[in-house]
Amino acid sequence: MTSIGTGYDLSNSVFSPDGRNFQVEYAVKAVENGGTAVGIRCKDGVVLAVEKIITSKLLKPGANKRISTVDRHVGIVSAGLAPDGRHFVSRARDEASSWRGVYKGPIPISALANRLGSYVQAYTLYSSVRPFGVTSIVGGWDSEAELAVDGQVGSGPQSGAGGKVKGAKSGGPGLYMIEPSGLYWGYYGAATGKGRQAAKAELEKLDLASEKLSLHDAVKEAARIIYVAHEDNKDKEFELEMSWISSLDGPTKGRHEEVPKELLEEAERAAKRALEGDDEEDEEGAKGSERMEE
Amino acid sequence: MVASHGLTGMLGEDGIHVDMNHLKSGEVNLGTSIMAINFKDGVILGADSRTTTGAYIANRVTDKLTQVHDTIWCCRSGSAADTQAVADIVSYHLNMYSIVNNEAPSTQVAAALFQELCYENKDMLSAGIIIAGYDPRHGGQVYSIPLGGSLHKQSYSIGGSGSTYIYGYCDANWRENMTEEEGIKFVRGALREAIKWDGSSGGVIRLVVLTANGAQRHLYLPDTDYTGPGVTR
Repeated sequence: MTSIGTGYDLSNSVFSPDGRNFQVEYAVKAVENGGTAVGIRCKDGVVLAVEKIITSKLLKPGANKRISTVDRHVGIVSAGLAPDGRHFVSRARDEASSWRGVYKGPIPISALANRLGSYVQAYTLYSSVRPFGVTSIVGGWDSEAELAVDGQVGSGPQSGAGGKVKGAKSGGPGLYMIEPSGLYWGYYGAATGKGRQAAKAELEKLDLASEKLSLHDAVKEAARIIYVAHEDNKDKEFELEMSWISSLDGPTKGRHEEVPKELLEEAERAAKRALEGDDEEDEEGAKGSERMEE
Repeated sequence: MVASHGLTGMLGEDGIHVDMNHLKSGEVNLGTSIMAINFKDGVILGADSRTTTGAYIANRVTDKLTQVHDTIWCCRSGSAADTQAVADIVSYHLNMYSIVNNEAPSTQVAAALFQELCYENKDMLSAGIIIAGYDPRHGGQVYSIPLGGSLHKQSYSIGGSGSTYIYGYCDANWRENMTEEEGIKFVRGALREAIKWDGSSGGVIRLVVLTANGAQRHLYLPDTDYTGPGVTR
């Protein structure tokens, strides 16, 4: 505590001689201590999941949600300092609402991620503030239907609008992760928080880029990945929280909702089973190697 | 109360009906015939070309079809100054939208912006605007924003003082999914009637056809009873 250090980490917006911003790096450390959060993007929707560490037996199970709805088609989950996460969500809601105010329609996920990225980045620039202690995963669904202007009256021709081009880009899933520096990328699978390394390894195995994984299977994979990521932190109890956004013809009709209790429990059971199976395999593997020895 | 009506120029003596002809002194009016229709491959906009200040024809070859983005256009009626100003503002916002979001705005976005301006400033504006646009995802679309700033999605829309004379013509001749040729014939025929009967409409007929191929202008002159020359650029 008494060490003076280089002094380059004392204020925000100060570069060290080798071009680093220590305050931002410390914020990343805060994220690395948070419960693991993952997002999976598949063809017919997006799943968000988070490992909520139980810090006290006095906390009501199922209360104190960590995944929030921003607009009806967007959800956010964060890892890191929960209050920072809540402020971030509040800003996201303001952005979504302001978009609706101007354009009379839902904000595209890419546009929301862009605005939030700019917002977070601004908190690395001034000495009067500190960077966000969260990395947030933004998931949503851009409607594939013909969008109406909010408040419009009437409809076009009954036969539908003429001149539509087949295969023209129209809606779909969106998944972005925003870091304390303001950096954001679009992802097929995103992970952050304490167990992110294990979670990322599992996400990579899913071959999400091929878009073969269904939303239902993605829910189960997300649950399993949170359980896998928790393996290195077994001494602490946790609760699994999951939400999803499906296509318009899917279970949530393009809305961000909690994963239903039955499906969540089913996914948790499958996750536990998969982990036990892994252990057995390991044991068998161990035996096998014994046998092979000469 | 009466004085305030006079100031806003929106309501007539009865305080109920909107006075379309009331203008601030010296204001240029687009006593107009405008329309836009959906057709098989997109939309067609059409307008006459007369601009008046009272009985005087200030411009006989006005262009009332205004581009606000690549394939989003509008037909302007009411005060020339007001509608030009509104179209300029919308054009600016659509331009910004396409740069910021790296994607062309949809017709809905344009309609939303027009409506916001027309509704929030209804006391100061006399603007009746028809928005028609094409984008590959939604195809052609027609929106109408009459005096109060409400927004109506329509399969075709007519507006301006001359439109009152062609409700019957349009209702009798309108068909969904017309070909481009049929659509042009419909719009040209309707505007020809509007010009014939409406004293404050006249001059040439201008059309814009919006499809996947972009925007194409047409011109039809009274000399040839509005049969040509047709495509101009």
